[in-house]
Amino acid sequence: MIVIGLGNEFRHDDAVGLIAARRLRENGFTAEEYEGDVATLIDRWRGADGLILMDAVSSGAVPGKLHRLDVSASPLPRELFKSSTHALGLAEAIELSRALGTLPSRVLVFGVEARDFTAGVGLSPEVEGVLPVLVEEVVSCMKRH
Amino acid sequence: MTDRTIKVDYLARVEGEGAMYVRIKNGQVADVKLKIFEPPRFFEAFLRGRSYLEAPDITARICGICPVAYQMSAVHAMEDALGISIVGPIRALRRLIYCGEWIESHALHVFMLHAPDYLGYPDAIRMAKDHPKLVQQGLDLKKLGNEIISLLAGRAIHPINVRVGGFYRVPTRPELAPLHEHLKRGSDMCREIVRWTRTLPIRDYARNYEFVALRHATEYPMNEGRIVSNRGLDITAREYDAHFEEEQVAHSNALHSVIKGRGAYLTGPLARFNLNFDRLPDSVQQVARDVGLAGTCANPFESIIVRSLEMLYAFEEAIRIIEAYEPPETPAVACEPYASTGYACTEAPRGTLYHRYSIDEKGIIRDARIVPPTSQNQKMIENDLRDYVAPRIEMPSDQLRSECEQVIRNYDPCISCATHFLKLEVEREP
Repeated sequence: MIVIGLGNEFRHDDAVGLIAARRLRENGFTAEEYEGDVATLIDRWRGADGLILMDAVSSGAVPGKLHRLDVSASPLPRELFKSSTHALGLAEAIELSRALGTLPSRVLVFGVEARDFTAGVGLSPEVEGVLPVLVEEVVSCMKRH
Repeated sequence: MTDRTIKVDYLARVEGEGAMYVRIKNGQVADVKLKIFEPPRFFEAFLRGRSYLEAPDITARICGICPVAYQMSAVHAMEDALGISIVGPIRALRRLIYCGEWIESHALHVFMLHAPDYLGYPDAIRMAKDHPKLVQQGLDLKKLGNEIISLLAGRAIHPINVRVGGFYRVPTRPELAPLHEHLKRGSDMCREIVRWTRTLPIRDYARNYEFVALRHATEYPMNEGRIVSNRGLDITAREYDAHFEEEQVAHSNALHSVIKGRGAYLTGPLARFNLNFDRLPDSVQQVARDVGLAGTCANPFESIIVRSLEMLYAFEEAIRIIEAYEPPETPAVACEPYASTGYACTEAPRGTLYHRYSIDEKGIIRDARIVPPTSQNQKMIENDLRDYVAPRIEMPSDQLRSECEQVIRNYDPCISCATHFLKLEVEREP
């Protein structure tokens, strides 16, 4: 099973996936950070039997809310992961991988509702607050797998 | 059926946010608009007051698809201002990084954005279900472009490491070695892809364009050359403002470029290819001839073939550069600012990208002007739409709408790049 945290380091709460991956590594688990092109991301999980993705989301829910989505068999709701106008978004990348037959059989997406996507470093208190819960849940999923 | 409006509120499979509007009245095309409503971005204003050294990194953020083009036009314009000419390995590395961007950008468009039009799918995801090998090849090729950029610019997205005078760090020969192997594979794959594009059901259609592209004495153009056209234009970047102008139109946040006294023109792969076929190496020329394109292509629906040929060229050129590479003694040529104005055009994947900067004696930017390829093509896109719709007035609306979208996608428009703002006026009531 591979664990990937996504985001942009310099867009406040958008970094939550990256920071969660760092926390996991500090606790002795393997987790990757990914800031690059989503099209290339598909390659990272090719061949894995399970996949956990962690990212910031913007759905209009209360900031800090933790969304847990099992996308092993069904697509990621578009309203949570708006696609980028410049390239493929995460939802498209998952579906593209599914169509190509390279999506791992079990895929979980943890989305943290963000408050602040503006330029800058540092998480909002609500997002910071949910970080330990996110890490704990990911660890428990990894152990169960 | 004679009076109707064909609209697409959000164009799909283009970069950025735009809409299309075609009005048919009394059996005639009454109005055509490519509406760009992506908000104005004010980059030219952001640049004022910043150091000349910051221009490549600030302008790179204009586009996530073609940041290298912005970096290249920015550094060349600054070097023009300071009277510096870059030669040898640094110049070669700039071409190499540009090859990476052409591969990345063309692979994205050919496979993910354009191919679904020919194979009859609404998007690449649904196309992938029936054509997984094809989509995988597209992803693999794009990844190879990313690999070049990551190696030279530190990372594939928002590249850093390009500076006025050269690079912050240059690669060693052993660092380039694995890339060389991968690129050979990419070049073989690309040759197949060109042949595949020829098998697509491409509409028989042609336009009488004025093509505008750079032309260099010996190379297929990327970083340098004179600005030429098939109607006699032959100028340097310093003369750009005397021959081209930008018009503001109410329906678009992007300015429309025209050649003074003549009007719309076309820049991009088709223009480069037609004006520079003789600058392609024999190997690429041969592949082009094999698919029936010997340097004259006036059908914008064939741009998918031309992009694939340019992708093949970029692979071959990248391989050639890596094989000949000897690291420079220093990664960058030293430069000292003085009050001056510099001009440059380079060939972004979508066409000629013009930058002009005026700097003061401390190297602070006092004025900046950026004309991206999509602004330049905007008027021609509208002309294409008008021309395409006119004999198809009676076509069912859904079909016409879908075909009009394809007319736009032929250009691989990057709306985010094109979005400017001429002037911001604030009116306040006392």
